[in-house]
This record gives sequence, C-alpha cells and structure tokens, in this order.
Amino acid sequence: MFGKRKERGLREAGWGQTLFAGAIGLIYFFPVLWIIMTAFKTRTDALATPPKFIFTPTLDNFVSVFWRVSQQGNEAISTGFGLYFFNSVFVAASGVLLALIIGTLAAYGFSRYPLKGNDTYLFVILTTRMLPPIIVIIPIFLMFRLTGMSGSYYGVILLYAAFNLPFSIWMMKSFFDELSGDVEDAARLDGSSERGVFFRICLPQLKAGLAATAVFALILTWNEFLFALLLTGSDTRTVPVAMARTIGGELGVDWGLLAAIITLFLIPVFGVTYLLQNHLLRGVTFGTIKK
Amino acid sequence: MSTIETSNLTKRFGDLTAVDGVDLDVAAGEVLCLLGPSGCGKTTTLRMIAGLENATDGDVHIAGRRVNDLSPAERDIAMVFQFYALYPSLTVAENLAFPLHAEKMTKAEIDARVAVVAGKLALGDVLHRLPNHLAEGEKQRVAVARSIVRDPNCFLFDEPLSRLDVELRMAMRGQIKEILSELSKATVIVTHDQLEALTMADRIAVMRDGRIEQIATPHDIFAHPKNVFVAGFIGTPQMNLLEGQLLRQNGQASFALAGQEVSLELHDAHDRLHAGESYTVGIRPRGLEPLSEAAPGSLAATVDLVEPMGAETLLHLQADDQDIRVVVDRHRVVREGERLHLGLAADKLHLFGQNGGRIEL
Repeated sequence: MFGKRKERGLREAGWGQTLFAGAIGLIYFFPVLWIIMTAFKTRTDALATPPKFIFTPTLDNFVSVFWRVSQQGNEAISTGFGLYFFNSVFVAASGVLLALIIGTLAAYGFSRYPLKGNDTYLFVILTTRMLPPIIVIIPIFLMFRLTGMSGSYYGVILLYAAFNLPFSIWMMKSFFDELSGDVEDAARLDGSSERGVFFRICLPQLKAGLAATAVFALILTWNEFLFALLLTGSDTRTVPVAMARTIGGELGVDWGLLAAIITLFLIPVFGVTYLLQNHLLRGVTFGTIKK
Repeated sequence: MSTIETSNLTKRFGDLTAVDGVDLDVAAGEVLCLLGPSGCGKTTTLRMIAGLENATDGDVHIAGRRVNDLSPAERDIAMVFQFYALYPSLTVAENLAFPLHAEKMTKAEIDARVAVVAGKLALGDVLHRLPNHLAEGEKQRVAVARSIVRDPNCFLFDEPLSRLDVELRMAMRGQIKEILSELSKATVIVTHDQLEALTMADRIAVMRDGRIEQIATPHDIFAHPKNVFVAGFIGTPQMNLLEGQLLRQNGQASFALAGQEVSLELHDAHDRLHAGESYTVGIRPRGLEPLSEAAPGSLAATVDLVEPMGAETLLHLQADDQDIRVVVDRHRVVREGERLHLGLAADKLHLFGQNGGRIEL
C-alpha cells in the first residue's frame, strides 16, 4: 500500500478535491464578485432585498464615473475621475519604481557588504513602518507645508517611495542572500567589473524577486488612503481619496457608482499581477520551493 | 611562465587561523592537489590564490608577479567551482562566451572559441539550454569548458568532481587530466577525495588545520608518509597504526603491540631507537600477511568481521581491543572468530616517533 502511494507521488487532484477547493476559493472571492456585480446593477437592483443574483446588466454606473449630467440640461460634465485614475497610476508606478531601484541597491549592499551592526541598521529601517501612519502623518504634513511639497506629484511620489522602501530592502535582501556567492565570484574571475556582477549576473537571477516586491509595493501604494487624503491637492488626487468624496450627498451612498469605481480600480492591479504571476509564485515562496 | 607560488600564506578569521603559513610552489604544467579533511583550510587557500579572499599575511605570486593587491580579474586565473557556479540566466553558449567579453574580442572570434571548447567537451547539443536544464555531468563539462575558453595564467579547481556519481567521476577525472596536460599550465586542485588526488596530481599537498603536513608525489606520499596523520589519511583501507613501547633492542627490536611482544628486524634504525619509549608502528592492510602458524614477529588477532570487496576481502581483526585491518585475496576463506597470526614484513613497515614524525628505516 505504502509503496503504491509513494509511487503515485504528487498526483492530480480528483473532482471532489477540486470542487472543495473551488468552494473555499469562492468564499474568499465573493466580496469582490459582489462588488463587480453591483457595478452592473441599476440603483434599484443594487438595493434590492433579498439581494438579486440575476439581473439585467447596465453600463450606466461606469458612464457616471466619468460624466455627470449638468443640472441645467443635457450637457455632460467631467467628474475628474479620468485625471484621478491617471494620478493613481502615475503616483503608484513612480513611487514603486523609485522604491524598487533604491531598495534593490541598498539590499545588495546589506547582503554583500555587511556593515558593522548590519542587523541593527536593518531593524532601524523597519521601525519606520512600526508606527501607525496616523501618527507619522502630522509631522509629514507640516514638513510638506513648509517645503511646498503639499499637493505636488513629486511630494507624494517621494513619500510613497520612502513608505515602500523598508520592506523593499528586506525582501530584496532575502533574495540576494539566496543567490550563490560562487556565481558572482566566477564572474569576477572571468573579468567582470563589480557593476557587471550586479547588472549582468545578480539582477537577471532576481526577476521573480523583483516582480514579487513590485506587486506587494504596488498593492500597498495603490490602496493607500491616509497620506493621499492629506497630501494631495485637487490636481493630484488619487482614486481612493476621490472615491471617498463620492460618498454622501443628498442621495446617500450611490453603491452602483462606488462599485463601478472599485471595479475599474481593480483592473490595473489585476493586470499587473496577472502579467507577473509566473514570476510571482517563485518570488513569494522566498525559495522555500527548491528551484 | 605559468606558475603559482605562495609564501607564508596565512588567513585568520578573528581568533581562528584557517590557513597557517602555507608555502606552495607550482611549476608550469604541474598539477598540485590540496588534499585534506573538510575544514582544513584548503578551499580558503585556493580562494586566496584566486583573490576572492584577502590574505592576512604572506604573498601570492602568479607567473612570477606578486598579485596580493590585484583583483581576481587582474590575476588572470580560471577557476572551476564545486557547485559549478554557472550563470543561471545565461545559456550554455553565453556562459562560455562570458569570460571572453572582458578580452575585447570580436563576435566572430568569440563564436569560434566557444565552438572549439564546446566541441572539446561535447557540448554542441546543449549550447542553447539554460544551466538549470542540464544534467549534472553536463553542468560539470560547461564549468570546465568555461574555464579553458580563455587562455589564463593558471587553473584552480575546487572539489571539481564531488557532485558527480561514481561512474561520471571516473570519466571526468580522465577527461580533466587529459585537458590539463594538453594546456600545460600551473594547476591547483582542491579535493578531499584521495583517489582523485592520487590519480590527477603530479604532487599532493596534504593539509590539516591550516598547515601543510607533506608535499610530495603521489608515490612518495603513499610510500613515505611524513607523519602519523598523513599515514592514516592516505590509502584505503586506512593504514593500521599500532602504538607500542620498545621493550628491547638487541639486533631485533621488540615492541609491546596490542598486548603481545612482537620482534621486528629493523636493520640500521636500531641506533636511533630507544628502549622504553613509545613508537607508532604503521602497516598497510595489504602489508599484513596471515600465516599458517605463529612465527617470530607475528601478531595474533581474532577475526571480527569479514567484508568482501570483490577481488579482495577486507578483514577486521581484534587484538587486545585494537582494531586491525587486513586485506587478503578473495580466494582465502576466513571465518569470523578465527584466530590468525599476522606476519609483519619489516620492509613494509612505517615507524613514527612520539611526536608523530616518521623515522626512516
């Protein structure tokens, strides 16, 4: 019996197991699914009790994300969400990219050229993330006011880069630690410069690590609300802030509109994660699965 | 000239002295094996020669030039690593071409060189694969090919065959030996496998605790081990090392070995031996001969375990709680529990003084 079992090894799951896993997956995915469904419902369908699972889909909510009808007549007025989506993409992408560049270089240093008290430095770097943002925000708000960075793109991009840096360094360091030092030594003996060792030997091995770090950073930045609320201006406002501002008003919460914004807001993160998923699995397991 | 020289090479990590005053001298075309148990400092010595580790003290000369302050690249060395250290994100062809990029060659020259080494090591079929998709033996061949693609000053090998299975190891051993003799460069091979050292080296340096115990040709190191450590380390099965007091010396030297008095004919060594002192008598398992009856100079022991090894049989015997190993022809039938008289032929003996040093007989 034992022998047979062993021989089969990692076998394909049967239907029962697949359905069971699918059901559990659905429980986790249900809120997202519900939001996406709500985005396609009319206001009446969205508020119906008991909740409706079968309904006639409409794109009205998506249209009203970007345009609303003026009170005078039939003129369509932009709601500004086009800009807010651009802001979110631009700010998150720049912030993540900056954090990734600085974080990777710093992590290489920490991993390959440890300082005296290396672990202490790494710990100190992480402490900046141990305070609740609401405490950090007050001095930062004042600093931004003082330096005139309030409401500017570069201000919020720099802040997001700084915000992503600690765990970018930690994650990338763990990936660098895993690389074989022999390979780098071989490159040195083969006449490679230190820059060549980093760019031609180390970095190509870390595609998975970079992808995983980028996705983590992106998700955190993409959904960030507090800093964005206090530090962006009307031109640089990101979607989470703008979304919050749609709540309220004489009609109460327009759930359909909110769900449409969220649905659109999900697409870029979905897309990036989907594109990077092959790298991601190897990245997030932190080498616990032998390559 | 392709030579490697180290003088008083020393490496300390804090309080630990990993390499302690190593003097080596490898001539052009010579293959020197650094052989020793793990942790004896052989790899550290190799890394200092390569420039991957800074020496705490002492000098490294390559091709007659002091290279202590040169980077690994400037030393113009090729090295094969234990775990191959292939560049994982580059194909085999790109791996082989990598060392040539630093030489400022044209693409055509690089391609030609890669084709030559790929042919030499039968890598033509795998040139476009990534290292992760290669078999162990292929990885090893890529590592060797990459080291010879350039024309470096000298070669360093760190446990080059330790990851291969027995059959591949034998094949690779021959292939590497062939390539090395063709290139005729100074070469240092680090290994803990004495068979590898004995077969591949022109000279072997046996290391222990950061020091070199003996440097000699494979023949000499086997025939004239300089001390008890080398005697016990080289040769399989291991040499029998029996400690005993010299009781008398009147034409014959009588030792108290394993609770028995054994008389040995030691020729002219007599005047250098002193009654009452302890000595270590070394004899290889193939140097002991089971006799049909007790004879002068024989040692009685009981057979404890019989291990057939194919052409020969290894016997483990006990004499006064001392383990004695004897190798006999496979045709000789021996039973466990049998009592044997072992003849110690004087010309096959090794004698070591109390400090472990060899006494020439």
